[in-house]
Amino acid sequence: MLLLTCPNCGDRNVSEFRFGGEYGPRPKDPSATSDAEWANYLYMRHNVMGAQTEWWHHSDGCGLWFLAERYTRTNEVIKTFPYVKRDA
Amino acid sequence: MSIQLIRQAFNGNRPPPKMWRSHELKEYYDVVIIGGGAHGLACAYYLAKEHGITDVAVLEKSYIGAGGSGRNTAIIRSNYLTSEGVRFYNQSVKLYEQLSDELNFNVMFSQRGHLTLAHTDGGVNTMRRRAEVNQIEGVDSRLIFPDDIKSLCPYLDVSDHPRYPILAALYHPPGGIIRHDAVVWGYAHQADVRGVHIHQNTEVTGIKVQDGKVTGVETTRGHIKTGTVLNATAGWASTITAMVGVKLPLTTIPLQACVTEPLKPFLDVVVVSGSLHVYISQTDRGELVMGASVDPFSSYSMAGSLAFLEGIAGHVLELFPSLSHVRILRQWAGICEMPPDYSPIMGFTPVNGFLIDVGWGTYGFKASPIAGKTLAELIATGKPPILIVPFRLSRFEENDLVGEKGAAAVGH
Ligand SMILES: Cc1cc2nc3c(=O)[nH]c(=O)nc-3n(C[C@H](O)[C@H](O)[C@H](O)COP(=O)(O)OP(=O)(O)OC[C@H]3O[C@@H](n4cnc5c(N)ncnc54)[C@H](O)[C@@H]3O)c2cc1C
Repeated sequence: MLLLTCPNCGDRNVSEFRFGGEYGPRPKDPSATSDAEWANYLYMRHNVMGAQTEWWHHSDGCGLWFLAERYTRTNEVIKTFPYVKRDA
Repeated sequence: MSIQLIRQAFNGNRPPPKMWRSHELKEYYDVVIIGGGAHGLACAYYLAKEHGITDVAVLEKSYIGAGGSGRNTAIIRSNYLTSEGVRFYNQSVKLYEQLSDELNFNVMFSQRGHLTLAHTDGGVNTMRRRAEVNQIEGVDSRLIFPDDIKSLCPYLDVSDHPRYPILAALYHPPGGIIRHDAVVWGYAHQADVRGVHIHQNTEVTGIKVQDGKVTGVETTRGHIKTGTVLNATAGWASTITAMVGVKLPLTTIPLQACVTEPLKPFLDVVVVSGSLHVYISQTDRGELVMGASVDPFSSYSMAGSLAFLEGIAGHVLELFPSLSHVRILRQWAGICEMPPDYSPIMGFTPVNGFLIDVGWGTYGFKASPIAGKTLAELIATGKPPILIVPFRLSRFEENDLVGEKGAAAVGH
């Protein structure tokens, strides 16, 4: 994987980006979240060998945090797309 | 060893005896170990030798040592940051010191000394703290300054010319390097001799669980019944635990290394620089083995990259300017399952009979003997040895992490 497509800037060298880890939805109501649920959100990962949805940050570019789908065995990027906040 | 050598000389052209045999897959095993790396094989060996549990299968999807155990840069040391970590790795170094005798096989453990360089005030403080913790735990480890560094390693540029001048170093005399393949083969041989079945080219594709308890394992060569499964698959650990519906705090990231053409011996310590993300040692063949920190994003791909080579070349030259004409022969990658606190995860899981020996990241080869030994004890007695209690899976939920980033991120 040499290029990554920023939803704002288009194809850029992957060295312009920082990897942000596997995507996982944040617990909606912190005060109603148990320790086990927090630990799950903070630490536990599916870490799949296959298609993974993940965060990327165009840190040396426009600064956008966005999502990508990528095969973790081959590093082939399926698509990149902007993060759209879900309803709480 | 020498008698074997002489005997082999009169053996005509017949191949030497096999170090481990192949077997048909049995229908049932008392214990099934997934992953034929140093960890899985060590555990099989200690199960057989110390607990008399010999009805054991080691399942390896490829050849033994195909994972991190055959790809690492073979640094062994115990100068970690937390007392839990230091105590644990120190026991491993002690087992390594005896290992050639124990396995009757030369693992070429060379305790040549290990230097972790500090280039900033923050770095010096971390080294000072590590030295204190190490000494309390009885580990030979101390802070030394450029004059002493220079006498241990004359080719290192300790002047104030580089961008990041060397201010001090953590010196750890018992640290060193080992022949990693020999460790794998030695454990495999001695496990085989005691009746353990080593199954290569046997991939686990599923795990059967009934009423919360493990009952069997599916493989590409058929089904096995068993009540005890140990996941010792390092970089692939999450793919195995997913089969029983357990999530682990692991992210699999490639780590690369490379080796130069052979040079005359000039470097007889291991040199590590956290600030420059590089470490280097010279093998008995004269090649320089060099590595860096993990790749910039998670992956199960073991492809090397040019970015790694460019980065490491620059950083090595900052330390050893005289190496500018040396050529790189090979580069390779392995995959490392990184836990958030850079400490392993060992022991029981919520699934009865399913145990883990994972979270070895970029630093787990040095732990193979003690991990194998303590997990064998856990399997045999059902009680976690005190040494590995801090590394239980439940520590994440209990907010009781064992933070080793300062000692494990680049040092491996
Ligand atoms: C470049 C590099 C440098 C390193 N340097 C050091 C160092 O200097 N010092 C140090 O202490 N550590 C180092 N490490 C880390 C070290 O290599 C690992 O932590 C250690 O080897 C893990 O050993 P293991 O036996 O647990 O796993 P591995 O040796 O990785 O074995 C796991 C095995 O499981 C098998 N497997 C996977 N999936 C399946 C399946 N479904 N069915 C059956 N088998 C399966 C794999 O084929 C593999 O052989 C380094 C790693 C790398 C990549």
